Formats: sequence, structure tokens, C-alpha cells
Amino acid sequence: MLQVLLLAVQIKRDSQGRLIRVWTVGAVSPFERAGSYGFGWFRDVWHHYFALQNTTKDNEQLRRELDTLKLQNAQLQGKAAEADRLAVLLNFRQSHGDVPMITARVIGASAGTASLTIQLDRGERDGIRRNMGVITPDGVVGKVVESYANASQVLLLTDKESGVGAMLADSRIQSPVGGQGEPLLLMKYVPNDDSVNLGERVITSGMDRIFPRDLPVGIVAEIKPGNPFKQIRVKPAADLERLEEVIVLLSLHPVDMKKAGEPADAQSSAPGTANPPPTVKR
Amino acid sequence: MNDAFDLRMGESHIEVHKFRTGAIIVATLLALVIQSWAPIHFAKAAVLDLPLLVTIYFGLSRRNPSTGLLLGMAIGLLQDSLSGPTVPLGLYGIAKTIIGYLASSIGARLDTEHPAARFALTAGFFVAHQGIIVITRRILLAQPEPWFNMHLAVAALVNGIVAVFLFLLLDRLRKPS
Repeated sequence: MLQVLLLAVQIKRDSQGRLIRVWTVGAVSPFERAGSYGFGWFRDVWHHYFALQNTTKDNEQLRRELDTLKLQNAQLQGKAAEADRLAVLLNFRQSHGDVPMITARVIGASAGTASLTIQLDRGERDGIRRNMGVITPDGVVGKVVESYANASQVLLLTDKESGVGAMLADSRIQSPVGGQGEPLLLMKYVPNDDSVNLGERVITSGMDRIFPRDLPVGIVAEIKPGNPFKQIRVKPAADLERLEEVIVLLSLHPVDMKKAGEPADAQSSAPGTANPPPTVKR
Repeated sequence: MNDAFDLRMGESHIEVHKFRTGAIIVATLLALVIQSWAPIHFAKAAVLDLPLLVTIYFGLSRRNPSTGLLLGMAIGLLQDSLSGPTVPLGLYGIAKTIIGYLASSIGARLDTEHPAARFALTAGFFVAHQGIIVITRRILLAQPEPWFNMHLAVAALVNGIVAVFLFLLLDRLRKPS
């Protein structure tokens, strides 16, 4: 046996070196291979099973971070939306610099369904009085029905006791528009003979001496023949169910907002490009 | 007066609950604030009448008609005050006074702790409350008001469901018996 080993040490093959090496490698390599596979399996098991304890913790931490980031994202989106709304309000005010107005935040709504009112964070100390008009850049909101020192209540256009002097923008037919306690308004006194089209714009007529002329009230959403007047339902231009900031017109006398341009123009132009108005508060 | 005691109505024993100090006031104010705040952000929340649910809950729990009546009156008048000048003071006041009295009277005769009973009673009281408001508006204020519509039925169901969970929350305000 020893001689065989010595022979193996001496015998040299052209391609694979000495025979002893061939034998050794041949004998050891299966174990190395098995060890390597075994180690790989063990490593895989460790990484993908036992190490998952940390992964679970990491996962939980990442989830928490994700939740936090989602919350921050939602807050930022809210702030961005608020900034957009305020920019529109600012732009509107700047484009109507000659009209005294003040922006106010909606802080509450009616505590019951018997009336449709909102509460503003500004009142008499800011110059708000009863019967002042309340609008957004989109359109008419309602009028101030009560003013306290630091708050005021606004009767929404959709309330049953609310109304605004209005007219159809194309045909110039005048008729008051009133609330019904529902999302849609009712245009009350348009005779059956008059032609009214679906989608026609309804604007303020200025006849109520609260709102200036040509402010958007809504669009005609439904027309039914009635006796003796048509039943015309109007979808409000302002989103009265999602009001967050509004503009109070600080005047008890009719004001002319046409001079400074249409509200729609005001929304489309970039904020901050106009000069600050001298009469605007806040 | 003990924290809780039994009313003996024939064979049945009905427990009268007392609440932690200030619990009724805080719950009432919170209900009014949420009632006037929530619809700004969630328009559908206007279907809820949290002040009514609070009136019903405390009426059913205290089981004392005088307390229920006075609490209903106070909550109703506060709700009237927050509803703007187009709502005459007393509209909700009258309705909630009657509901507070009825809830206390029924609470003194029935065990109203079971969720199903709470759901049914709240839905019933909600319809009765709206009925009183309609009667008040039609007779005293001469205002046209529909008697019944699907919105009322849905609102009654929603308020009944919310009441089941809200009442469980309010149960935590009770003093341990």
C-alpha cells in the first residue's frame, strides 16, 4: 500500500498533475461539494428563515415609517389643496381690488337639518354685518344672517328660506332663485313660453341689492313644464357641501364687480401677478 | 343617592345608572360640536343627529322622566341656538324635550341594554323626533314640510346603527355599580 502511494506520488499525468493529487481531489471533492451545498442550504435557511425575525422587525418598522409618510403625505396634500384654494381666493380678491371684501374660514355648520347654515370665523369686529353677500370664486354661497363679535352665520343658498336675484345668462330672463333644502336650487318664475336650455348659466341680476350683477349662481340642470311657470332646477356653481374658505362682500350697497373682470378670468390667471388691493383685508 | 340602584317594576329589576362628574355635560357639548363640525368635512354626516342620540342615551340610562325632560330641553335649545336664526328657538327644544321624557319613561319600564333594543328604540325615537318637528313646523310655523320620505327611513336606520356603537362608548362614562 505504501509503495502504491509512493508510486502515485511519483507518477505524473500530462493533464492532471500527479496521480496522488488526482486521487486526493477525487476523494475530497464530493465532500467539499456536499459541504458547499450543505452550507449553502444552511445559509439559505438561516437567511430566509431564522434571520426573518429581524426582517419582521424591519418590516414592522418600515410599515410604521410608511404609515407616517402616508400621513405626512396626506397632510401635505391637504396643505397643497388649501394653498391652491387660498391662491384662487387671493387672486379673486386682487382682481376685484376696488370691492371691499374679506376672506373667512368656515368653522361650523348648522347643528340640525332644519336649516342650512355655516359659521364663519369672522364677525362684527371684521366689519361683517347682516345681509352681506357671501361668495367663492366659483359663485354665490349665501348671505350673512347673523353677525357676532368674532363669528357670523351664513344662510346657504340651498336653504328653504334663501334666495337670490338671478337671471339666465344667455336669454337675460330674470327670476329669483331659491333653495329647497336640497342640493339643487329652484328658479321660480320663468313662464312656460320662455325658452330655457339645459346647461345654461344662471347669474346674479343684482336686483336683490345684496349681490352684484353677473356673479355665477349655477347652471340649469333640469327643466319641467309647470303651471304657470317652468320648474327649473339649478345646480349651484359653488360647491356648497364642501366649503372651507369664503369671501364676504363688505358692503351693504350694490357693488359692481364687472369692472375688474369675470371671476372665471380671475381663477385662470396666475396668483400673485396682480398688485395688492388697498381695500382687501386679511 | 347610590351610584346605581334598582327600580322594581313588578318582578323585573332595572338598574338606574349614574355617570362620572361632568360626563353628561361633556358628552352633550361634544355631540353638539361634532354635529356642527362634521358636515363641513363629510357632507353625509348631516344625516346623523348626535344631540338626539345623546338625549336618548341619557334618558334611557337615567330612567328619570324629569331628568330626561330637562336634559332634552337643554340639548334641544342649544341645538336651536346653533342652527341659525331661520330655526326658531324651541323647534328642536320641543322635540327633544318630548323624546327625553319618552326615553326616560320607557327606560324605566324596559331593559334597554341590549344592542337590538337600543337600535330599535333609537330608530323609533328618531322617526318620532322628526314627526314632532314636522308637526311643529306645519301647525305652529305654517311651513310646508313633507311627512315622510325615504331619506327619513334611511336616516333612522343609520342613526340606529350609530347609536349601538355610540351607546357602548357612552357606557364607559358610567360610574361602576
